[in-house]
Amino acid sequence: MSTTLLIGILLAIAAVAYTLGRMRANAVAGGKSSALHSRPNYYGAYVALAAFLPPLIVVAAWLAISPFIVNSSVRDTFPDEVKAQSPAQQSLAFGMVATIARGLPKLTEEELRAIQQDPSTLQAVFATKGVAVAAEARPYMLESAATLNGMTRTSRLALAAVAIGLSLAGAFFSLRSVAPRFRARNKVERVILWALLLASSIAILTTIGIVASMATEALHFFTMVPAHEFFFGTVWDPRFAGAGATSSGQFGLIPLLAGTLYIGFVAMLVAVPVGLFAAIYMAEYATPRMRSLAKPLLEVLAGIPTIVYGFFALVTVGPFLRDLSAQLNGLATGNYANFIQAQSVITAGIVMGIMLIPYVSSLSDDIITAVPRALRDGSLGLGATRSETIKRVILPAALPGIVGALLMTASRAIGETMIVVLAAGVAARMQINPFEPMTTVTVKIVNQLTGDLEFTSPQTLVAFALGITLFCITLALNIYALYIVRKYREQYE
Amino acid sequence: MTDIVSQASGKVVSAAPPRRDIGIRRRYAAERRFRFYGLAAIAFGLVFLFILLWTVVSKGYTAFLQTEITLPITFSEQLIDPGNKRESDPKVLQTANYPLLVRDALAEKLGIASSDRPALRQVSGLFSDSARVTLRDMVVSDPSIIGKTVPVTVLASANIDSAFKGQFDLTVDEGSRKVSDQQLGWVNTLAEEGVLSKGFNTGLFVNGNSSRPEAAGLGVALVGSLYLMGIVLVLSLPIGVAASIYLEEFAPKNRLTDLIEVNINNLAAVPSIVYGLLGLAVFINFAGLPRSAPLVGGLVLTLMTLPTIIIATRAALRAVPPSIRSAALGLGASRMQTIFHHVLPLAMPGILTGTIIGLAHALGETAPLLLIGMVAFVANVPATPLDPSTALPVQIYMWANEAERAFVERTSGAIIVLLAFLIIMNLGAILLRRRFERRW
Repeated sequence: MSTTLLIGILLAIAAVAYTLGRMRANAVAGGKSSALHSRPNYYGAYVALAAFLPPLIVVAAWLAISPFIVNSSVRDTFPDEVKAQSPAQQSLAFGMVATIARGLPKLTEEELRAIQQDPSTLQAVFATKGVAVAAEARPYMLESAATLNGMTRTSRLALAAVAIGLSLAGAFFSLRSVAPRFRARNKVERVILWALLLASSIAILTTIGIVASMATEALHFFTMVPAHEFFFGTVWDPRFAGAGATSSGQFGLIPLLAGTLYIGFVAMLVAVPVGLFAAIYMAEYATPRMRSLAKPLLEVLAGIPTIVYGFFALVTVGPFLRDLSAQLNGLATGNYANFIQAQSVITAGIVMGIMLIPYVSSLSDDIITAVPRALRDGSLGLGATRSETIKRVILPAALPGIVGALLMTASRAIGETMIVVLAAGVAARMQINPFEPMTTVTVKIVNQLTGDLEFTSPQTLVAFALGITLFCITLALNIYALYIVRKYREQYE
Repeated sequence: MTDIVSQASGKVVSAAPPRRDIGIRRRYAAERRFRFYGLAAIAFGLVFLFILLWTVVSKGYTAFLQTEITLPITFSEQLIDPGNKRESDPKVLQTANYPLLVRDALAEKLGIASSDRPALRQVSGLFSDSARVTLRDMVVSDPSIIGKTVPVTVLASANIDSAFKGQFDLTVDEGSRKVSDQQLGWVNTLAEEGVLSKGFNTGLFVNGNSSRPEAAGLGVALVGSLYLMGIVLVLSLPIGVAASIYLEEFAPKNRLTDLIEVNINNLAAVPSIVYGLLGLAVFINFAGLPRSAPLVGGLVLTLMTLPTIIIATRAALRAVPPSIRSAALGLGASRMQTIFHHVLPLAMPGILTGTIIGLAHALGETAPLLLIGMVAFVANVPATPLDPSTALPVQIYMWANEAERAFVERTSGAIIVLLAFLIIMNLGAILLRRRFERRW
């Protein structure tokens, strides 16, 4: 019996239990619903919950635990010479057994007998059924597969019996407890409260999941490559080593970090002045009409997916800068060779900067408009022009908030992926020419993890070490931003 | 006396000191410059927005049209199944040389002798290799068609498609062009006869991926994105609303809830690619869910969208005035009943607006999907959320990496489709806000 069907049956029982609970509540009240402590619906919901929740917990626990028990008892059926092998080979053998177990039910009687006589034909026969077996089967595997199938079946039947029994029992006993004085609503609301708490704890679970998953894989990586070689290495050359190759390559973080910071710096160079001036204009000069037109239009820039910016950089900005540099070079020296590569720090930086404009402008806009009117009026009343008011009064007052906003924007620039994947290039180099390609942490995470993966090689695991570095940097920037804002905020009231 | 008077009057008349220079002119100039910088900044942003959209639209709108060749094709038995073995060996029908049928039909139409081999090779370049699949499917589904002459529509090849849409620079020397003058002549002849024509490109919305630009479509990606959005909506809306209700209405002020709050704000700022790593490590590596499946993508995007939805929902709940709560509580409702019967319905427009914006963000997200393997070459539409699939932005990424010119057109077309979805969703959010927003 499949899990879906089981859940379906449990839901059906719960639905019936709900109706019965309601009916029973009405019956014990004798048609006078004011005699009941709670409204009849709550009695129904209470009975339904009693019929559904305990078996659901049992099913979840069972599904989590039973595979381990089944696996270990199937491994017990392996012959001794297999048990003596390395764990990796054992799990390989178990994988084959599991595949065979999946294929067995598809065979007919005769085919099964033929295979039992000559296991070497198994691969061919299974292939006709659409089950690909990796290597030639050994006789014991058939037996183990049969055991596996048998145990799985038993486990499922037992689970179904236990779950349905528990469900019926829960419904029965909760129905018996329905009485006018019974506080069904309070009990149901307690369950709902727990469900709400559970939902809000998902946020914490996500963080724990991020940190734990990346930390374990990264630690795994650091057992293969020493941490100091990763954090202080200046050469990135992961070398997708083929089987048997001994050298594992070099995993130096520094060139990637340099590229990330450089591109982020160019992006901020574009985004900060443009975004800040746009925010100032919209907060201080623009008529309401222009503001209501320009602000949403600028925010459209924030709504465009980053892959679109990446494409824009790849097909428009990159070639444009390349051709422009060729023309400039030609005018200056007569040699029409481009000095800006199509994929370069400056291409990625400019496009990322455009993407960041709305973040800077809308964050700063909020902060500038939050500066109290009185400061503005005071300065204007003393004869300062508007721009002087802005430069000498409003910006200093809004500075902590703006710095916080800029730090948050910087963290976004560092974590940005698609633009740099398409526009920055893949060469991990340390250089200071913005017209040459450089690469970033995020690009390398994508490069290392697309394609065939095996979770034992440093080439794959390094992505998690990069990921946790990225996570820590952005987290630190955000926390620092919050700290600055809190510490230096001017209290006006 | 007169002296003094004259002195005094002389002072007043002739030596009137110029007004003290307080640099008003300079300051006003600075003011004008400052103002201009502001305007220039806004203009810079808007100009780039315009260039971006214009680039995409001008490169992409032609992707919605596709050049097709419609002509009667003779399913000659000699070519498909010369040995008449299709009863015994069905593979014959699978492996027959179908493009030859199209070539011969075209050659006949153009009046080219079957001995003129160079010309015939050029004719083969007119139509797409996907004609093989088109004809094969026709024959396999109905073998009685063999021997008959039936009008069939096949796709023109990508180069001919581009040439017919006028995207090739014909002044370039013939040798360095992908379309020869002879082929261009034929294209004009065929177009005049109505054999070759442009039609609406349904393939773009139906087909799976293909290495041939003319046959590549967004079908798989659209279905994949639909699954993703469905999963994100079903999971993140209830969980997000439940979490917000707890934090806003029930949470006691203690360390734990403080921690949750700080957490949610930080999660909103975590780079999306980190969520991809999380999905890879937890859902695929640890829980053993299949790679490339929309289910995993949906789970990852749900975790990514949750902070957005929680923040929006809490704002919406906070906007419902306390008098509503007091009134309900005063009439004897429990706190739960107050919230679920009164506060939540009133906050619903705000919650839905936030959800739509979160969904729109998730729809355009690419990086985490790359890491969980949705960047796969998938030709068949996934039947369930557990089958391999791609998504709209990932398809754009894959096409953007293709070198051929025709793929640039496809990519831009796909971006137009993606942007259209985003515009619809955001307009929906705006309308929802306008229609139901209440000021208390």
